[in-house]
Amino acid sequence: MAYKQYILVCGGTACESNRGIELFAALKKAVEENGLVNDVQVVRTGCLGFCEKGPIVKILPQDTFYVEVKPEDAEEIVKEHLVKGRVVSRLLYDKNQSKRNVGIEGIDFYQKQFRIVLRNCGVIDPDKIDEYIARDGYKALEKALFEMKPRDVIDEVSKSGLRGRGGAGFPTGKKWEFAAVQPAGQKYMVCNADEGDPGAYMDRSTLEGDPHSVLEAMAIAGYSIGADTGFIYIRAEYPLAIQRLENAIKQAHEYGLLGKNILGSGFSFNIEIRLGAGAFVCGEETALLASIEGKRGMPSPRPPFPAVKGLWGCPTVINNVETLANIPVILLKGNLWFSKIGTATSKGTKVFALTGKINNSGLIEVPMGTTLREIIFDIGGGIRGGKAFKAAQTGGPSGGMIPPQFLDTPIDYENLSKIGSIMGSGGLIVMDEDDCIPDVTKFYLDFTVDESCGKCAPCRIGGRKLLNYLANICNGEGKLEDIDKMLAISEAMSRASLCGLGQTASNPVQSSLRYFMDEYREHIVDKKCRAGKCKNLLSYSINTEKCVGCTACARVCPVNAIAGERKQPHVIDSAKCIKCGQCFDVCKFNAVNRS
Amino acid sequence: MTDSSATAAACGCQCDGASSETELAAGLDSIIGEYRDKPGGLIPALQTAQALFGYLPEEVIRKIADGFGKPVSEVAGVVTFYSFFTLHPRGKFVVRVCLGTACYVRGGKEVLDAFKKKLEIDVGETTPDRMFSLEVGRCFGACGMAPVVMVNDDVYQRVKPALVGELVNKILSGTAAAEVKEMA
Ligand SMILES: Cc1cc2nc3c(=O)[nH]c(=O)nc-3n(C[C@H](O)[C@H](O)[C@H](O)COP(=O)(O)O)c2cc1C
Ligand code: SF4
Ligand code: SF4
Ligand code: FES
Ligand code: FES
Repeated sequence: MAYKQYILVCGGTACESNRGIELFAALKKAVEENGLVNDVQVVRTGCLGFCEKGPIVKILPQDTFYVEVKPEDAEEIVKEHLVKGRVVSRLLYDKNQSKRNVGIEGIDFYQKQFRIVLRNCGVIDPDKIDEYIARDGYKALEKALFEMKPRDVIDEVSKSGLRGRGGAGFPTGKKWEFAAVQPAGQKYMVCNADEGDPGAYMDRSTLEGDPHSVLEAMAIAGYSIGADTGFIYIRAEYPLAIQRLENAIKQAHEYGLLGKNILGSGFSFNIEIRLGAGAFVCGEETALLASIEGKRGMPSPRPPFPAVKGLWGCPTVINNVETLANIPVILLKGNLWFSKIGTATSKGTKVFALTGKINNSGLIEVPMGTTLREIIFDIGGGIRGGKAFKAAQTGGPSGGMIPPQFLDTPIDYENLSKIGSIMGSGGLIVMDEDDCIPDVTKFYLDFTVDESCGKCAPCRIGGRKLLNYLANICNGEGKLEDIDKMLAISEAMSRASLCGLGQTASNPVQSSLRYFMDEYREHIVDKKCRAGKCKNLLSYSINTEKCVGCTACARVCPVNAIAGERKQPHVIDSAKCIKCGQCFDVCKFNAVNRS
Repeated sequence: MTDSSATAAACGCQCDGASSETELAAGLDSIIGEYRDKPGGLIPALQTAQALFGYLPEEVIRKIADGFGKPVSEVAGVVTFYSFFTLHPRGKFVVRVCLGTACYVRGGKEVLDAFKKKLEIDVGETTPDRMFSLEVGRCFGACGMAPVVMVNDDVYQRVKPALVGELVNKILSGTAAAEVKEMA
């Protein structure tokens, strides 16, 4: 290491779009102006995980962790910290952190985390292959090519217990084996980077922060199953990840780590990028393959499984980004090391995009078996504004709502499915007392109905019916007998739909009916929405005792439903009111009632 | 979805309407030439064409179908299947309000409603003066800063419904970018 100090600047989407690019330039400029170019290197890394408090800057080797840094702070960081060695305490996460303890180990957010998949995210410059190589990058590929037979690689992966992180949790080694035993000939290795769960960005961050780990794993998988071509199917909405992947592929070719005759081993492997075109169902593997082939992305029945008959009829392995990012580590550290992490049935770690009503939104990686309570309250810092936790949803629109009584359940594939949810790809949305369960359920159904490809009737028709019932309930027009119908439709959809989208679309309905029946009942019977979300069930009025006549509400009301003289109590004309809630938000004296 | 920088970069064009008809036609020919013989080349060809034209006019779809030797109905079927493709020209500013779950629970829908009201258009529509189009997105990867709005390639974080009107005016007057994109 030629430099004495390093400034790591987060280049993840949340930070970079929050003037992060300007910040990076400002830091570079300040380093130059202070004559430090030979001593200090400014590095743009992938997401450091603590997105809520971005933009994040980390100084090495001191490991100082600065949050919410603005371009205007660059000068001070360089002059104070780098030149004079004085920590800029106003930019620390905890302003009272002691001088010696200003690194990430002093922050709860990182304490319970364990990073395998995200090992390089926020550590290396993703655009520099040398930095990846310096952290054992491409060593696993070299090991596979020169010290292991394809069979051995598959054995190692099987024994590690690694299961697919794309949602279904299928054992990765077994999947590879299915494709490997197919007769030699054209085979394909596909990386699923479609990341359809709305509200999740694990795969995106992995690709943005450490693209080579996925390329290396694809080459290893290609070697073990006998494929010479790989495709990465990635959402077109991920421009930064695409750009970093393209650059990484180019560099890997220049270093002879991709392309013909890799490192002189005789094994050749090429990777092409294909951009998804905005259809959630294309994350489903058979639909994804149809899309790569240039067709409408509709699922087809399995069997035949892609491992037997996939892309253009050839044996094809499809793996999720996070699944792949584990592979190089498993080969280097061995299956024993890996299988010691996690629970009996679920090995290793899981990356979650922890979002919603949580203090520390961000990207986290925890060992399987960690409890929701640890994730939400220790890592996530609890619920925003001190509100009460209501539910957490894993698995996005395919998952279920987890109520407070399961906060202490260790998270793994089996436990989640026992309580009516799924592991999913890693979205973890936290809801508080202000979220309305029927309303959020309707949100998920709205999504799946919108994204249903329409090929099979249970999903196409059932989904729409469920959505109608939910809309009625939220509008105050629901009936109690609707509940039984919803349950029956949900059952039918899970059993008879062609693909996972339809089979799981009713999970939010089923789980919310199971755990939050009282809220449904309130909507249907009492015509009340306790969270204050369902407009038709609300009424607004002004408490004349609290109202000081400031006129703020009258000015904001879009339909002039509020009358009253200045300094006199105001009144709402409920016939005119459209229940927009703006008066409620704007009143500084809590004089507007919502019930 | 916008003609995201990814596909724009693939064609390298400026797509400002500055290019002449003949240049556009030549561009389309070269796109067809490049992808025609690639397995699965239809979707990349359509993506690149959309980056060039800003949308996919009927003539373009017809020409691509011809070039690929496929029935127009098949190509049109592909175009209408994917939400990325658009058959109509869009506004100078494409506003995409994130309705991913994280943004939804932090008020994304109220932000969307505010845009609808201010711009007087619905989702999928363009203002008559062709300045704004309104769309919804599903997670831009900045959930920590929810609710999030993208205007072309710029990300606006922690957007408040009450400030949407102001934001639109600033975009129009070209001062929005200088304004920090955090509304916290
Ligand atoms: C509707 C639907 C959407 C899916 N979306 C994704 C996705 O965005 N990313 C992903 O990796 N897997 C997704 N899957 C799962 C894939 O079909 C497939 O199981 C997975 O990519 C296999 O990789 P793995 O074994 O490494 O998990 C989806 C499945 C369904 C039914
Ligand atoms: S379950 Fe839904 S998405 Fe899947 S094939 Fe049937 S209609 Fe299409
Ligand atoms: S809820 Fe909206 S419409 Fe009704 S009185 Fe208040 S501001 Fe006016
Ligand atoms: S994007 Fe910067 S910490 Fe996540
Ligand atoms: S849900 Fe809106 S940015 Fe992720």
